[in-house]
Amino acid sequence: MSFKVIVDWDLCQDHGQCAFAAPEVFHIGDDGTMVVLVEEPDEALRSKVEDAADVCPVQAIRIQG
Amino acid sequence: MGGQRVLVVGAGLAGLRAAEGLRAHGYTGDITVVGDEAWAPYNRPPLSKEALHGDLAHEKLAFRVRSNAADVTWRHGVAATHADLAARLVRFDDGEVMGYDALVAATGVRARRLQIPGPPQTAAARRHVIRTLDDAVGLRAGLVPGAKVVVLGAGFIGCEVAATATTLGCEVHCVAIDPYPMVRPLGPELAAELQRRHEKHGVTFHLGVGVAEFVGDHHVTDVVLTDGTRLGTDVVVEALGSRCNDEWLDGNGLDLDDGVLTDTALRPVRDGAPVDGVAVVGDLARFPNLRFDDRALRVEHWSIPTDTGRRAGAVLAAYLAGDGYADAVAARWDVLPSFWSDQFDIRLQSYGMPGLADADGIRVLEGDLSDECVVGYHRGDELVGVVGVGMLRVVNGYRDRVGHPVVG
Repeated sequence: MSFKVIVDWDLCQDHGQCAFAAPEVFHIGDDGTMVVLVEEPDEALRSKVEDAADVCPVQAIRIQG
Repeated sequence: MGGQRVLVVGAGLAGLRAAEGLRAHGYTGDITVVGDEAWAPYNRPPLSKEALHGDLAHEKLAFRVRSNAADVTWRHGVAATHADLAARLVRFDDGEVMGYDALVAATGVRARRLQIPGPPQTAAARRHVIRTLDDAVGLRAGLVPGAKVVVLGAGFIGCEVAATATTLGCEVHCVAIDPYPMVRPLGPELAAELQRRHEKHGVTFHLGVGVAEFVGDHHVTDVVLTDGTRLGTDVVVEALGSRCNDEWLDGNGLDLDDGVLTDTALRPVRDGAPVDGVAVVGDLARFPNLRFDDRALRVEHWSIPTDTGRRAGAVLAAYLAGDGYADAVAARWDVLPSFWSDQFDIRLQSYGMPGLADADGIRVLEGDLSDECVVGYHRGDELVGVVGVGMLRVVNGYRDRVGHPVVG
């Protein structure tokens, strides 16, 4: 079972807090912009991804499923 | 377990995170969240920044609520008037009295108002604050090109509003008793650089002065400063810090000198002993943070409601379950406060508590103050805070070096 990570790229301002909360899923690229590494993470990562969504200053991360 | 009730007073971010935290730690009983605003919890930082440019709709700012908290009962537009912690009752301004098995105090702060002669403290009198969505809606209407805006206070909110209003084409004067904008969190050198950048964009500062008087009958037409300067104005923004919403906790023997004093489990302290079954979260909590020392401080940064809400959820869930409470209370508490601020093209990102630094403990660690840089704030040999001007990846690299996190 998995769920879907949806980032609103119009909102994202590359704060990078998600990459500290869930480094398996979110990554700060070499140019400083955010990258989603896994769009449908394993269920075991749900709590970490929810933490990442919580700490996004612009609340750009949503979880579906 | 049936029949237990947690009452969360305050329906902002901290109240939401506490409710989610209770569920995350296994509490299955009733949770009722009561707040004085009409709105479900929403994100406040955009109110002084991008939301003033465009969309101030609540649905754009509302927080996602975790699925585990979908069954929480929300009551909006109702304020607590008095809590009796001994009887475990809270009275509300609609006359209702609610009992609880555990209480979360999450009523936060309100904007401080200037108490000087002049027109009333209303948006109609063109005197604005920015704390709530309704405040921001009232202010936005006045921020039209050419409007003369006087911002009182040069902290986070004052500087952000000054930048936003300037970008919207307003003529902005910023008045503060401080020698530099944002000098308390940033220190004088970086604050002076921030001032230069604001001035380059057209903001006029009046520093080291106070406000003597608001002139006008029905609305403010002029602001008179203590040095005699008279500023004509269309819009006044009072960004002068905050007052804690703690009056409803009066009479319970708590230490309410500056918010509510708590222990590291966020339990309020009465006569030197913690009150079980109660947690204080968010801007209202004055707590020791063992990453730095045992001195209790209130921290009005955006990260704190989430950190304290989660902590309160863990402690109260264990308390209500009667299982693992001592361990939950004893768990390490060494949160890393963080803030960011966007002003013109400047992105400030901070970790730690820069305000704890020694006066001579502030040094540029990387980059150049006139360009992008990371500034370190030291207390003795200890790095207590960092602030990045740009250089986000670099300042992020300092996260784990700030303070002395408890190893465990």
